[in-house]
Amino acid sequence: MSPRALPVIVLACIGLLAALAFPFLYVTPNRLLSGEPHSPHVVALALVWLLIVGLGVTPVSGSRGVVAVLAWGLIAGLPLLASMDARMLLLAAPPSARVPLGAGFWLMWLSASLLLLDRLRELRRAARMSGWITLVVALVGMGMAGAFDTLALAREFHAQRGPFMDALLTHLTLAATTLLVALVIGAPLGWWAWRTRRADGAVVGLLAFLQTVPSLALFALLIGPFAWLAHAWPALGALGFGGTGAAPAVFALVLYALLPVVRYTIAGLGAVPADARDAARGLGMSRLQLLSRVQLPLGWPVLLAGLRIVAVQTIGLAAVATLIGAGGLGRFVFLGIGQGANDMVMLGTLAIIALALAVDLLFQAMLALTERRS
Amino acid sequence: MIEFDHVHKRFGDHVVIDDLSLRVEDGEFFVLVGPSGSGKSTLLRTVNRLVHIDAGSVRIDGVDVATQAVETLRRGIGYAIQSVGLFPHRTVGENIATVPRLLGWPDRDIRARVDALLELLKLDEPGFANRYPDTLSGGQQQRVGVARALAARPRIVLMDEPFGALDPVTRESLQASLKAIQRDTATTILFVTHDMDEAFGLGHRVALMLDGKVAQVGTPLELIRHPVNERVREFVGGSRARLRELAVRCVRDSMRRGEVAGGDAIDGAASLQDALGAMLMQGRDRLPVLDAGQVAGAILLADLVASRE
Repeated sequence: MSPRALPVIVLACIGLLAALAFPFLYVTPNRLLSGEPHSPHVVALALVWLLIVGLGVTPVSGSRGVVAVLAWGLIAGLPLLASMDARMLLLAAPPSARVPLGAGFWLMWLSASLLLLDRLRELRRAARMSGWITLVVALVGMGMAGAFDTLALAREFHAQRGPFMDALLTHLTLAATTLLVALVIGAPLGWWAWRTRRADGAVVGLLAFLQTVPSLALFALLIGPFAWLAHAWPALGALGFGGTGAAPAVFALVLYALLPVVRYTIAGLGAVPADARDAARGLGMSRLQLLSRVQLPLGWPVLLAGLRIVAVQTIGLAAVATLIGAGGLGRFVFLGIGQGANDMVMLGTLAIIALALAVDLLFQAMLALTERRS
Repeated sequence: MIEFDHVHKRFGDHVVIDDLSLRVEDGEFFVLVGPSGSGKSTLLRTVNRLVHIDAGSVRIDGVDVATQAVETLRRGIGYAIQSVGLFPHRTVGENIATVPRLLGWPDRDIRARVDALLELLKLDEPGFANRYPDTLSGGQQQRVGVARALAARPRIVLMDEPFGALDPVTRESLQASLKAIQRDTATTILFVTHDMDEAFGLGHRVALMLDGKVAQVGTPLELIRHPVNERVREFVGGSRARLRELAVRCVRDSMRRGEVAGGDAIDGAASLQDALGAMLMQGRDRLPVLDAGQVAGAILLADLVASRE
């Protein structure tokens, strides 16, 4: 057994355990009450996971590819399987009944995803990308065709479609505004801190301290000052500026985003060789020319890597911003918790995760492009 | 013409340049030589104002450099450094074109100039201009660095130990290239090195700097034959100064015309050191000398040993 097979075996064992010991799905009388567990495919799913364990323990030629294909099939097939079960179960149930997914399903889905991640990691970028893209296309295609409509999650989505799309847009707007403002403030701040050297420690120290303030507390702390500002300058209030809403939310999110932006700006400037800087100045470049022709092209990949972290972090943090009335996908999470509607919580959470992954992929693609050019 | 007029510079309490005055003539290859910390690099960097002086003035053709816009001043002066400092994200051609681009030359002129410089610095293999600096050897990188310094045909070029990090063979080849370019273009070169042999080999005149002052300035032969004090004598080489003298003198000036000798002939343009080496190799005490391709006389070991003013 090679050490590279270890993740496969561990993940397959988790999948096996999930298939045997946890419910695949539930049938509930309505969207709020809890219901009966159902696990219709214990034996079949357990056999699939056992096969993967076996392929991990005794690697024959081509077994890695088989594992990857099986994982791909599980990620795409498990929701389809659950959806078909739900159709059968709902035939004999009242119209208000729902079929939410159980812990067994989620654990297997997670294990299969990690398996595919592990298997695709060894491949070239193009093969890796095509693996993921075909998967996303398959899942989205089936979803659009209504293949999952019998599942509680899809029904929750259809019931909330309008608010969901609004929340998604708000979430994206909050994150994009934050990223832009943080870049506009953070990049010059980082440049200044880098140039003066001595300010470096003070600026980073202050921002690192801000980072330790819990997000919920920071949002709450801002309500007072922002309400006062809106009260003192009614013109600001008329623009939608107040103790709650988007303004304090973006303000707080920017405070969290500044540390990574400043850090990575400093790191990016540090990535420019000192002798290239000396030569550029000696040959007669102005500060602006040095920045645009030497420092920016050489430091940009580092800054972009930082922005990737900021973007993912901001999408996660923005979920909390809903508590001060800024809206966004966090609304479903907190509303769902309040109502005891687990599917609503799941809908918000999955959307936030998917959004973070999509943005992460986008930044990875941009990084790959800049690397190829240089 | 570069004039340093009572220049002072201190970093904190440490005096780096101490009331220094010096004049570099037009078309001169002028070398500042001295140990680390003697202030030679700092002095060089006062010319393009990478170092700001505390008192005195630096003038180019009579105009104080402090009165000019700093970017304009620098674009008019070539600059090459030991670590080369090529821009890693730009090709060789783009690196060389840096100053012409800053000056807004038309594309056609820039391309022609880059091609000419690649040829001048023996870098004219196909596709070389499109290569990136990290694919070049150290010697090639420094050739590109020198080409970049010469790109906008500056009348003055500052060079801060440009060959210090190269292996001896590559260094000698670059020294020869630079010497020929300087002779052909009559560019004024201010060159910093800590290597006495390099200083004497390249410079029309050499200034030995010690503790922020010029200890002695003169032609290589003047420094070798007439050191003004014991410290200069020490730096010039003590007992080995005579060997250095052989290196800077040329065979043609010491040969005996019409004299006959056996063995492989040596060229009149070679140094006396080369002649001594050839005698040792061939086990002879006299060699025939070629002048314009013809045997014109001989060089004698006895003349090398005895040759003093």
